[in-house]
Amino acid sequence: MSSNKQLTDVLMPQLAESLVSATIGKWLKKPGDRVEQYEPICEVITDKVNAEIPSTLDGIMGELLAEEGQEISVGTVICRIETESADSAPATAAGGHSQTSAGTPAAASTASASSDQSQRSRYSPAVQTMAAEHNIDLRNVPGTGLGGRITRKDVLNYLENGGAGSSAPVAQAPTQQAQSVSAQQPQAQQPAVPTSSPGGISADLSRAAFEPVRHSGLHLTETPRIPTIEVEGGDRSEYFIDVTPIRNTIATRMRQSVSEIPHGWMMIEVDVTNLVQLRNKIKDEFKKKEGVNLTYLAFLLKAVVSAIKDYPIMNSVWAVDKIIVKRDINISLAVGTEDSVLTPVIKKADQKNIAGLAREIDELATKVRAGKLKLDDMQGGTFTVNNTGSFGSILTQPIINYPQAAILTFESIVKKPVVINDMIAVRSMANLCLSLDHRILDGVICGRFMQRVKDNMESYSLDTQVY
Amino acid sequence: MPVMEYIDAIRLAMKEEMERDENVFVLGEDVGVKGGVFTTTKGLQEQFGELRVMDTPLAESAIAGVAIGAAMYGMKPIAEMQYSDFMLPATNQIISEAAKIRYRSNNDWNCPVVVRAPIGGGIFGGLYHSQCPESIFFGTPGLKIVAPYSAYDAKGLLKAAVRDPDPVLFFENKKCYKLIKEDVPEDDYIVPIGKANVLREGTDITVIGYSLPLHFAMQAAAELEAEQGISAHILDLRTIQPLDREAIIAAARKTGKVLIVHEDNKTGGVGAEVAAIISEECLFELDAPIQRLCGPDVPAMPISPPMEKFFMLSKDKVKEAMTQLALF
Repeated sequence: MSSNKQLTDVLMPQLAESLVSATIGKWLKKPGDRVEQYEPICEVITDKVNAEIPSTLDGIMGELLAEEGQEISVGTVICRIETESADSAPATAAGGHSQTSAGTPAAASTASASSDQSQRSRYSPAVQTMAAEHNIDLRNVPGTGLGGRITRKDVLNYLENGGAGSSAPVAQAPTQQAQSVSAQQPQAQQPAVPTSSPGGISADLSRAAFEPVRHSGLHLTETPRIPTIEVEGGDRSEYFIDVTPIRNTIATRMRQSVSEIPHGWMMIEVDVTNLVQLRNKIKDEFKKKEGVNLTYLAFLLKAVVSAIKDYPIMNSVWAVDKIIVKRDINISLAVGTEDSVLTPVIKKADQKNIAGLAREIDELATKVRAGKLKLDDMQGGTFTVNNTGSFGSILTQPIINYPQAAILTFESIVKKPVVINDMIAVRSMANLCLSLDHRILDGVICGRFMQRVKDNMESYSLDTQVY
Repeated sequence: MPVMEYIDAIRLAMKEEMERDENVFVLGEDVGVKGGVFTTTKGLQEQFGELRVMDTPLAESAIAGVAIGAAMYGMKPIAEMQYSDFMLPATNQIISEAAKIRYRSNNDWNCPVVVRAPIGGGIFGGLYHSQCPESIFFGTPGLKIVAPYSAYDAKGLLKAAVRDPDPVLFFENKKCYKLIKEDVPEDDYIVPIGKANVLREGTDITVIGYSLPLHFAMQAAAELEAEQGISAHILDLRTIQPLDREAIIAAARKTGKVLIVHEDNKTGGVGAEVAAIISEECLFELDAPIQRLCGPDVPAMPISPPMEKFFMLSKDKVKEAMTQLALF
């Protein structure tokens, strides 16, 4: 079925602005080779780029029309690709159709050219001015414009041919029909005179006349649509707050985090009864000795840091083609103020004991409230802990501190009835919530991590050493 | 008379003016060592030294500000904006200072600065290398704006701009740089600012425009005359501020059918003002609605080649508009 084979030209593409030609470096396909669409067929060399030319379609390489090393102008055929085309026959058939159908309106328009007189009695200012000046009865002037309109030039031609004044009812090219009509109704209707006007224009005129006539002129293009947005003044129902730089930074970072990081979330419940007893026992003495409060947060941090040491992947960053696991465990601590939240960093938290953590928490919190944080205090965090329980929350779904892998919150400690060994006991319970970067972490590893934190928290006892 | 490219004519104008008057100097991004990104200032630093051909930081506001200050102090600076797209940081200097100083100081001060900026697209430059910012400056009293169409005019208008006692914006069309080659006299001539130029006499339709699109109009006019006997009258505004009212009115009266073409977008463009002048002055001589063929009202030139083609005017688009108007 060789008749179904079709050869398609491949042209030298415009590889870069201002390039007019390129040199064929090497043919990657020989005649007879199978070629797939987008598969490179040859290498080309230019002053600006060396590139491969991809095939534009599936097929078999036909003939190569350019030699290696030859400089080819943009747009020149470099090879032909043979395709088996079932659609080639319909394509030519359609072409045939369009040819015949193209002929029909042309013929029709020639016929209708003389009949469309819709603009015959619309006179432009120029035509009216000239008609008044030269005392011309416009009904006697043949119109060659769109829809039989009398153009300024028609009037000029009419004057040139001596048609001034109001005599000579039918000036030019009267037809038989027009004569018979004018016998009864002189000057009633003027036949258009396509035969008497120059050939070129009348041909175009007839084409234009076939198109629907726009009655209000040619200039009616669409005006651009601009949406109307009503801005309400902030007078009674609302008022405005300026966005501070820090608010702006928070907004940007949060937006970046939620839009880039696919967040996963989980929560576990921890029995902290023993921890509460431990803390109650030693907190006053600690305060006296150290000068800082011994908070639950310090115990939590210790538990979290130990768990991260067991599951180091929690301490990592997504870097698209790899995951970067950080060796130092630097805990970002979310500290809220009246109008913002900051995340100062406890560096190398894994090397500190509970007392050391308590002291560091106190220092950072004091610095935040005094507004004395330095840039250095804010940098290098690898995992974030937020003590959301401090403002009474029992459940939160935190947003990860970008670009870290996870964030953990410590919720309020609440006394609850709990079933232990089939007996009901009153225990101090707290929720721990974790948001995780699901690109790095999955449920299993995070479940284990959270379980390890829980174990650490629940294994505090009255004889746990804080130093 | 040597044949030279549009860009050569601009370079020659600067060279001649710098030789003629030692107060003339050039400043802009990469104009010195590199000779301009388009090579417009190539060779000038070798000839005149780095004190008269100065490379500046990437700060258009500073380029305009330094040039305006120097001009007010008696120098004749030619400040180059690498692309007119980058010119917007300098608009405050140009509109608030350069344009107003003569008026503000009751004629005590003036500012003979020339700001050269390449306009126009069709060079696969995308959003920030293709704009036509005429309408931003157009309608600012105190500024003169020229936009040459030919190499001859480019040289003559630039020389006139350097000698002008007031600020002149010189919008050269970057697509014309290498496209237009023609005879340019090597002697000292100027093309007066504020005078339009009839490129072609005709009787059927009038085309009014400036810069690159007039080349399309000229090609279309030649084809229409040969193919359909349509005779087009073409007016090159050359200076778009102040507009040559008499020339515009005369050209409109010539045929009563006016088509205005420019690449800058339609709404609020130079064409709107030209159309307003014609409707104010010659309503009773109009034989058709005044037409405008301009860039579309979209924010910027697209980088995609088919979209760029859609945005740009072309011989075919101009020819179609001219044919429609002739048939009306």
